[in-house]
Amino acid sequence: MVWTPPAEDIFRRSEQWHVRIRGLHKTFGQHQVLRGVDLDIARGKINVIIGGSGQGKSVIIKHIIGLLKPDRGHIVVDGEDIVPMSEYQLNRVRRKFGMLFQYAALFDSLTVEENILFPLIEHGLRGPGHNDGVRRRMSRAEMRQVALEQMDKLRLPHVLLRKFPSELSGGQRKRVGLARALVLRPEILLYDEPTTGLDPVATKNVDDMIRDISQREGVTSVVISHDMASTFRIGDRVSMLYEGRIVESGTPDEIRRSRHRYLRLFVETSGTVQLDPVPDSELVDGDGPGEAPR
Amino acid sequence: MWLERLARLCDRLWAPVLAFIEAVGEHVLLLGHTLLWLVRPPYRLGVLLEAMVFVGFESLFIVGLISLFVGAVFALQLISALRTFQAESFVGATVALALTRELAPVFTSIVIAARAGAGMATELGSMRITEQIDALATMAVNPIQYLVVPRVVAGVIMVPLLSMLFVASGMLGAYVVAVGIQNVDRGVFIENTRWFLDINDILQGLCKATVFGLTLTLISCYQGYHARGGAKGVGVATTRAVVGSFVTILVLDYFLTDLWLTFFPKTRGPR
Repeated sequence: MVWTPPAEDIFRRSEQWHVRIRGLHKTFGQHQVLRGVDLDIARGKINVIIGGSGQGKSVIIKHIIGLLKPDRGHIVVDGEDIVPMSEYQLNRVRRKFGMLFQYAALFDSLTVEENILFPLIEHGLRGPGHNDGVRRRMSRAEMRQVALEQMDKLRLPHVLLRKFPSELSGGQRKRVGLARALVLRPEILLYDEPTTGLDPVATKNVDDMIRDISQREGVTSVVISHDMASTFRIGDRVSMLYEGRIVESGTPDEIRRSRHRYLRLFVETSGTVQLDPVPDSELVDGDGPGEAPR
Repeated sequence: MWLERLARLCDRLWAPVLAFIEAVGEHVLLLGHTLLWLVRPPYRLGVLLEAMVFVGFESLFIVGLISLFVGAVFALQLISALRTFQAESFVGATVALALTRELAPVFTSIVIAARAGAGMATELGSMRITEQIDALATMAVNPIQYLVVPRVVAGVIMVPLLSMLFVASGMLGAYVVAVGIQNVDRGVFIENTRWFLDINDILQGLCKATVFGLTLTLISCYQGYHARGGAKGVGVATTRAVVGSFVTILVLDYFLTDLWLTFFPKTRGPR
């Protein structure tokens, strides 16, 4: 069983869907990771992609932001297919995005303040008043003010500004990474396993942060996760990646009622989420590796 | 059966050649991207200056020290050999020619490859494995423009300058040994040097240093940029950067010398 997307013109800007992926294939050497991914990312919602390790979840978000080029398929952001774009054209689209990496990927030669300000220094025409139609570079004082505001929003103490990433805890690094991702007010935020390596309290804090940012800023969030409790706590839409395809996609309630055997096994094994009971006879299997792609 | 074996053997023999051609092609591609992103805005002067300080200013002491002793020992050996023919008055000219044409560009490039090239490969390699290069791209900053362009430009500008410093410092070492210790006549030392050395020799050295500066930074950046496999991968990238730079510099040196002597022969002094 494979999730079937609605049959619509994906190249037309949609109010409901921010990013639309169709028939995404990617092979690394001999290993076929994505075998025809169809996925819709809901605008202004938290979209969680779940799946086992090595299934290609991170590969999907690296495709969404153009870090990887697919072998074939379409990735449509706001009605624009980014697959045929050059690096130069992609940079224009990437300004809509912010990304939090699994281990934050902070620049270790820069201080926390310099890390947060980096996107502003590079594209310093935004920030406070960037919608007033006046294109101007922000002054250093304005940038610093933005950095402080971001730190306040993410409950980061100001004393961290002068520290280097190596001096921060895992949770602090993620929050600084998030501050850096948010500083240009992106429309879409990508989170690559944001809670990996964090203790339960820090995990809850990160979840609250994601929920808070989504509600406050109205951004579209795409979260890669294999933490089921977290997924069902924050997700507005959940999609399951299995054997290189999206096998189920829907609201958390719809996922709870899923008849997909592997999805149920995956979610129930975590021991943190209860699914609605479904008789064994109604369960359907996923696409095995031997089955022909659609 | 024997045909299959022959095909396999050919494959095995062909593989290293193919890998070499592929590597050269990838370096040329990186050079193309570097030139492309060099002319595109934005121009980051601060990042370029930082790279120039790293490649040039921070190498001043080591280049100065090495060149001083290279000049000194070269003069010492030459005096010992030339005395047999009572020709030690030519020591200054010989050292000057050797330094400007060969020793300065080659030694300087090797020192920079070992110091700055290794540093570049390690820095870019660790940025690659900790996803910092991907992070740059996600912030709409082209990693080649931000990381590779300033380093390559710094190499092209700073290696010839350091090479000139190498010549000056090497000549100082030779002078101290020849005139100060081995009692070669000061006037003869200087006059012979001025007679033999001309702008052709200096340009030859500068041209080589420029090409070597480009080559070593390109190889180092390529290795770091494409590092993979954790800490071990960074180590491998650094080793490849240094060894690859050394070998390429020495091989290129022969061909550049041959080309230079063919197309720009000297009109006075030793040809």
